[in-house]
Amino acid sequence: MSLAFLLIAFLTVATAAVAMALRNLIRSALLLVASWAGIAAFYLWAGAEFVAFAQVLVYVGAISMVVLFAVLLTRPSRDEAEVTPASAGRLLPALITGGAVLGVLVGAIVGSPLRTTAKPPPPVTVREIGLQLMGPHAAALVVVGALLTVALLGAVVIAATSRPADPGEPR
Amino acid sequence: MNLSPLHLCLLFSSALFCVGLIGALSRSNAILVLLGVELMLNAGNINLIAFWRYGPAPAEGTGILFVLFAIAIAAAEAAVGLALVIAVHRHQRNIRLQEANRLRG
Repeated sequence: MSLAFLLIAFLTVATAAVAMALRNLIRSALLLVASWAGIAAFYLWAGAEFVAFAQVLVYVGAISMVVLFAVLLTRPSRDEAEVTPASAGRLLPALITGGAVLGVLVGAIVGSPLRTTAKPPPPVTVREIGLQLMGPHAAALVVVGALLTVALLGAVVIAATSRPADPGEPR
Repeated sequence: MNLSPLHLCLLFSSALFCVGLIGALSRSNAILVLLGVELMLNAGNINLIAFWRYGPAPAEGTGILFVLFAIAIAAAEAAVGLALVIAVHRHQRNIRLQEANRLRG
């Protein structure tokens, strides 16, 4: 196993863990951007270049901006982005649950003999991905397009409707 | 104990999944909960790519297409979730989950 993979994995998990533990929401969001970029680096390392670029475009580019806008729009006052840290009453059950899930997963993975191939798969070019998307997976592509349209329109409607002057009449 | 690269990739995604799970369960800020869910979705995508890369019978780009669709769904989920967070903040001036217990405005 190459050193690059271990480095990518460590940096990704470490930035994600620190982001989940920080009090400052903006720093959390920026650290999560670093974590998503680490995941994109993992995709590059694994040979899935197109997925890596999609990850960079969607997560590092778009979702991070939406998250930052949401953080800035919902902070309590102009110069304050701190939130209360996790209380012990929530942190302890969460740690127990997460530790139990991690233990089960690690036990299952280590204990199962996975057949692997030594040779890497043939490189998948963008042309092949396009042919696959337009050929056998055309129906799924249309469904995803419709879903994205409906979801984003719904998001605009939900976020843009201001508090109605009288109940039952959205502006 | 002899761990193959596939094992290591799966352990990596398990660690990321549990970080997201602990964050989503422990934090009381709605945005951080959403970000934890996003981390869990990313961990699932890492599994798909790992099995595509090291699986015994790698079909032509099936894992890649699966991950592309999953990223699209995750983007839609994040947009709707953050819009809901903004709507809740607009109505209640607060996005702590303990106090955001009404969906009717």
